[in-house]
Amino acid sequence: MSSVRAFLLAALALLLGRRRRPRPLRPGERERLVVPPPPDNARAELLAIGLLLASAACGIAFVVVYVLDRLPAHTQLLGLSLGLAFTFLAAALTVTAKRLVVTEELEDDYPENEHPDEQERIVQVVHESGLTRRRLFVVALGAATGSIGVALLAPVASLGPAIHMARFYLTPWRRGTRLVDEQGRPLRADQIEEKTFYTAFPEGADKESLGSPIVVVRLRPDQLDLPSDNAGFDASGIVAFSKICTHAGCAIALYRAPLFEPTDPRPALVCPCHYSTFDPATGGSVIFGPAGRKLPMLPLQVDARGFLRAQGNFDSPVGPSWWGVRLKGPTS
Amino acid sequence: MRRLAAIGVLALVLVPAARPAGDVTRGEHLYGRYCLACHGANGEGRNETAQKRFGPPLRGVGALSADFYLRTGYMPLRQAGEQPRRSRVLFDEQQIEDLVAYVASLGPGPPIPKPRPERGSLSDGQRLFTSHCAGCHQVVAQGGYLTAAIAPPLEDATATQVAQAIRIGPYVMPRFTTRDLSPQQVDSIVRYVEWAKSPDDRGGWGIGHIGPVPEGLVTWFLGATVLVAACVVLGRRLRRE
Amino acid sequence: MIRGLVRFIDQRTGTAPLLRKSLRYLFPDHWSFLLGEVALYAFIVLVGTGIYLTFFYEDSTARVVYHGPYVPLQGQEMTQAYRSVLDLSTTVKAGLLIRQTHHWAANVFIAAIVLHLMRVFFTGAYRKPRELTYWIGVTMLTAALLEGYLGYSLADDLLSGMGLAIGYAVAMSIPFVGANLAALIWDGPFPGSHAFFPRMYIVHVLVIPVLIGTLLAVHLALVALKHHTQFRQGPRESERKLVGVPTVPGQAPRSLGLFAIVAGVLFLLGGLVQINPIWLWGPYHTYDATNGAQPDWYLGWLIGALRITPSFDVTIGGYTLVPNPFWGGALLPLVFFAFLYLWPWLERRLTGDDAYHNLLERPRDAPLRTAIGYAVMSLVFLVFLAGSADRVDVMFGLSYSAQIWLYRVLFFAGPVIAALLAYRTCVELQRGEQLHRRRKLAERAARTARGRA
Repeated sequence: MSSVRAFLLAALALLLGRRRRPRPLRPGERERLVVPPPPDNARAELLAIGLLLASAACGIAFVVVYVLDRLPAHTQLLGLSLGLAFTFLAAALTVTAKRLVVTEELEDDYPENEHPDEQERIVQVVHESGLTRRRLFVVALGAATGSIGVALLAPVASLGPAIHMARFYLTPWRRGTRLVDEQGRPLRADQIEEKTFYTAFPEGADKESLGSPIVVVRLRPDQLDLPSDNAGFDASGIVAFSKICTHAGCAIALYRAPLFEPTDPRPALVCPCHYSTFDPATGGSVIFGPAGRKLPMLPLQVDARGFLRAQGNFDSPVGPSWWGVRLKGPTS
Repeated sequence: MRRLAAIGVLALVLVPAARPAGDVTRGEHLYGRYCLACHGANGEGRNETAQKRFGPPLRGVGALSADFYLRTGYMPLRQAGEQPRRSRVLFDEQQIEDLVAYVASLGPGPPIPKPRPERGSLSDGQRLFTSHCAGCHQVVAQGGYLTAAIAPPLEDATATQVAQAIRIGPYVMPRFTTRDLSPQQVDSIVRYVEWAKSPDDRGGWGIGHIGPVPEGLVTWFLGATVLVAACVVLGRRLRRE
Repeated sequence: MIRGLVRFIDQRTGTAPLLRKSLRYLFPDHWSFLLGEVALYAFIVLVGTGIYLTFFYEDSTARVVYHGPYVPLQGQEMTQAYRSVLDLSTTVKAGLLIRQTHHWAANVFIAAIVLHLMRVFFTGAYRKPRELTYWIGVTMLTAALLEGYLGYSLADDLLSGMGLAIGYAVAMSIPFVGANLAALIWDGPFPGSHAFFPRMYIVHVLVIPVLIGTLLAVHLALVALKHHTQFRQGPRESERKLVGVPTVPGQAPRSLGLFAIVAGVLFLLGGLVQINPIWLWGPYHTYDATNGAQPDWYLGWLIGALRITPSFDVTIGGYTLVPNPFWGGALLPLVFFAFLYLWPWLERRLTGDDAYHNLLERPRDAPLRTAIGYAVMSLVFLVFLAGSADRVDVMFGLSYSAQIWLYRVLFFAGPVIAALLAYRTCVELQRGEQLHRRRKLAERAARTARGRA
């Protein structure tokens, strides 16, 4: 009994399990290259069409809004219409990708890791060309191309004064230069109040040059504690410093001016970029922050008519440090 | 005599009747309760390290200062030495008037300023604010940090308070006298500060008006999030074996 | 009609075989493989909007007085460059939209590259034979950072002008050659001659875009030649067999859809969220500064580094060998990019793995790489956070100086802790999976045993 059953089961398995032979191709027909698309998904197609029409409407809206430039929030309406046009298009394409086209997962081979035969042939060609054996020729060729390469780079040096660094020490200040404000009006010593700060420039000079802007504050003589290098740099307590931070070149636009000295932080010039803090009472020394160099101090004097003038140049070069910043002083 | 009386009546009429007049005696009582401990009797000030009693003298600070410090809640200060910040106003309108009247009586000082921003120039204000104020308060008055202090944002500052702060220089703020900044210039600055409370946001949502930091947040939390989500929708997740 | 078009192209170029292969080229399917495409599409939006902007921008630093419609700046002195951007933003129809879209696209471009880089790094896609592709990608990232910096500096507003001064200071701080290099770039000391802005402009609109475009083409060609890497998700994927979705009809609508959503998001941002409102900042002057000035986000790590560096210049006698900004502004990014370039080689030395790889690893499958990568990422992120310490003080009252000290400590301790955490997490996740697999096997064995009984 069991062997008949086994035979019948085997026959059934053979009959059912055998693969359906693909039906023969009709004349002129080719095999499918792409897996057949999924059954008609009318809802998805309608959705996609709706989204595409919405996108088109937004595109038209953009042109309309563009023409009607008196509309309020014009930029917002323009962005909204164009942005939505693209977004609806994206949504339509997403619906297409997920519902309307088939996402096949096919197999392919990765390309060969390398082609040793071809590599050999290439090496052989180069060797047989005869050039590699002529050592001297190759060296000379290398020297020629190398030096031409360097020669082509040489004109880069014309981009700026990279060899002579004198201009980095130059400031417009010299003995007798008068201090003026942003509008060009000269500063009088008696108009400099305590607990406030003034931005000043050398008379007649380019305000944007790094050596030009200075910050002027008045301290009481009992507050001043200038080092010997800066002795006499003040004009009855009025002191002046370069406004350009020695750390990274931002303008030192903050002055910390305590109202009530017993409890408030001491007077200080602060840079808003990385908060380097300089003490005007001690000649601009660094009391907080990353600056590695004190703030350059400009010696001041009062002329016969009461105007503030420079006694000379700063005590050190202005601006961010570089390799030569401590090698010599500023020049006029 | 009659002319003087007429002028007196005229003056009384012209002074805006909005504020209740301050009573110096009531003010003195309030001063005794809330201010004496740090500012000393008669506003003479205190500077006693041993007892940790510090307070600047108030003689000559005038109604300008008292009004400023009281209306902003800067005073009374919780702890001597810490920066006064805008906070709860302890006093009602009448009490403020009384205290202001008392402090003003301690010595001749500046009255409460009446800035006229409508007379100021917005572009002058922008230039003046940039060169005098932006270093601490940020170019559109969003506030900022300086070593050991905070420059507050100005969105809650009234026109009067801006004018007052300019003349006082509270805590570590510089003080600008009428020679440094004329009343016309103060009008322009006040106009600019008022404008900066809702500046020109023609580009859309202003996201704080402090520049690249909120822009970076939007890039990542709005832009990148949406686009990564788009990738997840369009692509496939890793299948677990 | 399609037949006619295809015939036309093949008759004139002979590329029908190539086109047919491209149509059925396979894309391994994972959402994280689309991140690079997001960057590509952002780049296309950048070029398109950028070309439009070049028709309006003036690269001149000649001084003019403003008399346009924007009231707060009337009568003020500014450069022509700034005024051209101001005019574009206030008087040109759709000008502000295009400008803001361009700037948002720059931010998103770099964010997408960073995400793509993270995916490539943590899955090991840069291994042999794809090191060249990876190095080209890192070079494009460097170029993109510089490109963005130059781009927003062209406007010559207060914020970006301060940023240029800082860039100058960092250039100056390079030992031995710093000032000479700065002099070359700026044609003299800061703010430089009238030639500087035209130089920035030509580098921004021609030199770097061509560089990025060329590198991008080579990058994509290399990806196509070697085919994209893949995760092993089933029995079919292997080092030799690639499983993926063909260009047509499966991948094309997705890629096009992604392009559309990138463009959509960028234009929506460009119209609805304000970015770099230069009219609020005002024009740049060397003697002006504002509190709260920051660079764009992708340079935020540098301002953090500059702020936490303690105060010292390295000097030998009168010679200033290393000015302070060098450490945070130049050395940190140099080390970071050197790490990125050297990593494939470094990993080969550490693991001894010199084989070809077409299969990707999940981060947990490579604990050492994940730990080191995560440590470097946290270093950059911590330094980036340090740059926000001032606003945190303003908003939440946390002492600035205390934060700076905390970040200094975290600079050294943070990456170590991060590496240990990441390593442990990878190992634990792996163990969890092993346990899961063993349990499944045991359950199956128990079931068959029960079945037999």
